[in-house]
Amino acid sequence: MSEVSYVRTEILPERDPPVIATGLIGWMRENLFSGWFNSALTILSLTFVVMLLDGILPWIFSPTWHATSLGECREILRGMGREGHYPGACWGVIRDRWVQLLFGFYPSELYWRPIMAFLLLGVALAPVLFSDRVPRKLLWFSAVYPFLFPWLLWGGSIWVPLSALAGFVIGWFVFRAADARAGGLAGIVAGVLAALVWWLLLSGYVVQGLDAILPIGIEAVQSRNFGGFMLSVTIGVVAIACSLPIGIVLALGRQSDLLIVKALCVGFIEFIRGVPLITLLFVASTLLNIFMPPGTNFDIILRVIIMATLFASAYMAEVVRGGLAALPQGQYEGADSLGLDYWQAQRLVIMPQALKISIPGIVSTFIGLFKDTTLVSIIGLLDPLGLSNAIRADSDWNGIVWELYGFIALLFFVVCFAMSRYSMYLERKLNTGHR
Amino acid sequence: MKKTVFLGALTVAGLAAGAAAAGTLDDVKARGKLNCGVTTGLVGFAAPDANGEWHGFDVAVCRAVAAAVLGDPTAVEFVPTTGKTRFTALGSGEVDMLARNTTWTLSRDVDLKFTFVGINYYDGQGFMVPKALGVSSAKELNGATVCIQTGTTTELNLADFFRKNNISYEPVPIETNAEGQQQYLAGACDTYTTDISGLAATRATFENPADHVVLPEVVSKEPLGPLVRHGDDEWADVTRWTLNALIAAEEMGITSANVKEMASAPGSNPEINRILGTEGNLGEMLGLSADWAVNAISAGGNYGEIFARNIGENTPIGLARGLNAQWTDGGLLYSPPFR
Repeated sequence: MSEVSYVRTEILPERDPPVIATGLIGWMRENLFSGWFNSALTILSLTFVVMLLDGILPWIFSPTWHATSLGECREILRGMGREGHYPGACWGVIRDRWVQLLFGFYPSELYWRPIMAFLLLGVALAPVLFSDRVPRKLLWFSAVYPFLFPWLLWGGSIWVPLSALAGFVIGWFVFRAADARAGGLAGIVAGVLAALVWWLLLSGYVVQGLDAILPIGIEAVQSRNFGGFMLSVTIGVVAIACSLPIGIVLALGRQSDLLIVKALCVGFIEFIRGVPLITLLFVASTLLNIFMPPGTNFDIILRVIIMATLFASAYMAEVVRGGLAALPQGQYEGADSLGLDYWQAQRLVIMPQALKISIPGIVSTFIGLFKDTTLVSIIGLLDPLGLSNAIRADSDWNGIVWELYGFIALLFFVVCFAMSRYSMYLERKLNTGHR
Repeated sequence: MKKTVFLGALTVAGLAAGAAAAGTLDDVKARGKLNCGVTTGLVGFAAPDANGEWHGFDVAVCRAVAAAVLGDPTAVEFVPTTGKTRFTALGSGEVDMLARNTTWTLSRDVDLKFTFVGINYYDGQGFMVPKALGVSSAKELNGATVCIQTGTTTELNLADFFRKNNISYEPVPIETNAEGQQQYLAGACDTYTTDISGLAATRATFENPADHVVLPEVVSKEPLGPLVRHGDDEWADVTRWTLNALIAAEEMGITSANVKEMASAPGSNPEINRILGTEGNLGEMLGLSADWAVNAISAGGNYGEIFARNIGENTPIGLARGLNAQWTDGGLLYSPPFR
């Protein structure tokens, strides 16, 4: 036997992996240069990215923040020796007009009101969006918020939102009373009727009377002064908030066995989906004007919000229907076998699952709707795109295109990207592991 | 659901307003505000500044009418309208008048039932080309690519002009003036055609305006003027004579600087006295106060001052008076007598 053993008897000390397999180099070898073809593609893409940045970055980094006109921007750039067709961005226009792009013609001393409205929107949404981290008591605030929001934006007498709220309370009590005496459906009909009578006939006089006795209110702001990103967000938020419940009801109606309900829902959905949004906006802005008696002043923003809501609801209904169709029949039968009635089954078994399936579709409808709000510039409302045209009409800034569109794109990107990220968070949170 | 309340309240308010719709003049006086339709933005003619105040040549007409009727040039609600919404806005009563670079044509006057109260700017369609193209007349544009706004009278005028001269062109359709500028500068078309005032404003924004020329041919008549609804002649008279007062004021040398002084006591010129209300009762005939024209002229000056401040030769747009000079200077501006 020799002293040297054939087999190693002790374990070798651990060593770091070779330098070409770890860290940056290893990552690059694995992901960027894992073969001649991929290496070539990597180099091509990098060249492309560098060329793109080389073209854009000098344009973006242009010291024109304090310029007061396009001519002055050009002076500054010429002073730096930059000439040509696009020597550099003229950021002075953003410094001069960013407030206008955000708030439109809203009176500047009242800017706190839209700011407050949108901050409170965050508070009101928190218990809905992040139900596991925020106390549920806040839901009360969320319920009141739909009345607070228009009052903050439009202002006026406090009795208007309060009387709108009173309509729901009256409807609820009438429903309870009729429900106890004549049963479910009669209760619903009586409640809705009572609320409608209050809103359409009585509330106007009550508001007038209360105003005469106790005039509490904040300065009213005309819809005409709404504009900029605030207008987009207002239209978007209201339409998004209203379209989801309406869409769910429409989707359920479409699957209903009741002939008339089904026919109405199918007719509504197919009609609205069959026409472009811009057509509906033109109906809102011009056709309604012709049909209504002369001198009628039906708020243009309200008309646009209604049209956008109807449009989004029809799409939402189909998205939710997709979720409903994806549920196995056993879920419906299971709910029935537990003795749940229709609304209980929907609330406790069907909808939680169907909506979870539909989240990506719902959120992309929201994002699409929010971006569609820019179409209102075509009917003369000054949303950011409409304002960009108005700003160019100032002879100081005439000829500026990319800076304005870039800024507007950034605003929209931030909001849409946030929505998209939230939907992914929600999907992860609700993933109860069927896969 | 608060919408329903809104809707109900607005309907009630609307019906009340509808019942009270006696005449636009009375409505405006009762409201204390003039609703004036303007463009959503056109260089020199109407544009909001950073504070949301509207300025421009058309805006000045609105302000003059507001001053004449209400005594306050700031008592105007400007309603931005697009080319597509302007006529319904006026027809439905959303605005009291349109001062929105609108061409006076027969069909708009007769078929759409509007009344053009006058002409505040004589425009015409022209062509802009790069100097490097070496073209000196629009008739040499055979085979050229032309940037043209779709759905406008300029499109039809262009077709007429080329057909009449038996030459061909290739249209490059664009939607807005900003797009036209970009396309033209990028070389997507040889020539850009629109109203000459628009061409001048566009050219003024170029890096090197001297590299581009506006060709001498004017291929169409574009008389731009304020308009009101058909059938309310009292209101049409008020707007018509406010515009005439601005024009006559320039002819007679009444300016925003001296109008107060001239109106303080009757002068030697009886027509000036009649305009300024120191003699006769022209204001009363219109249903306005005696100093209506004084207010209108103080609002932004006479026609010449308004022109010079917004689109004249000392502004970046730099338009010469041309056809828009007084008739005494060889232009077309001619106000009927104040008598």
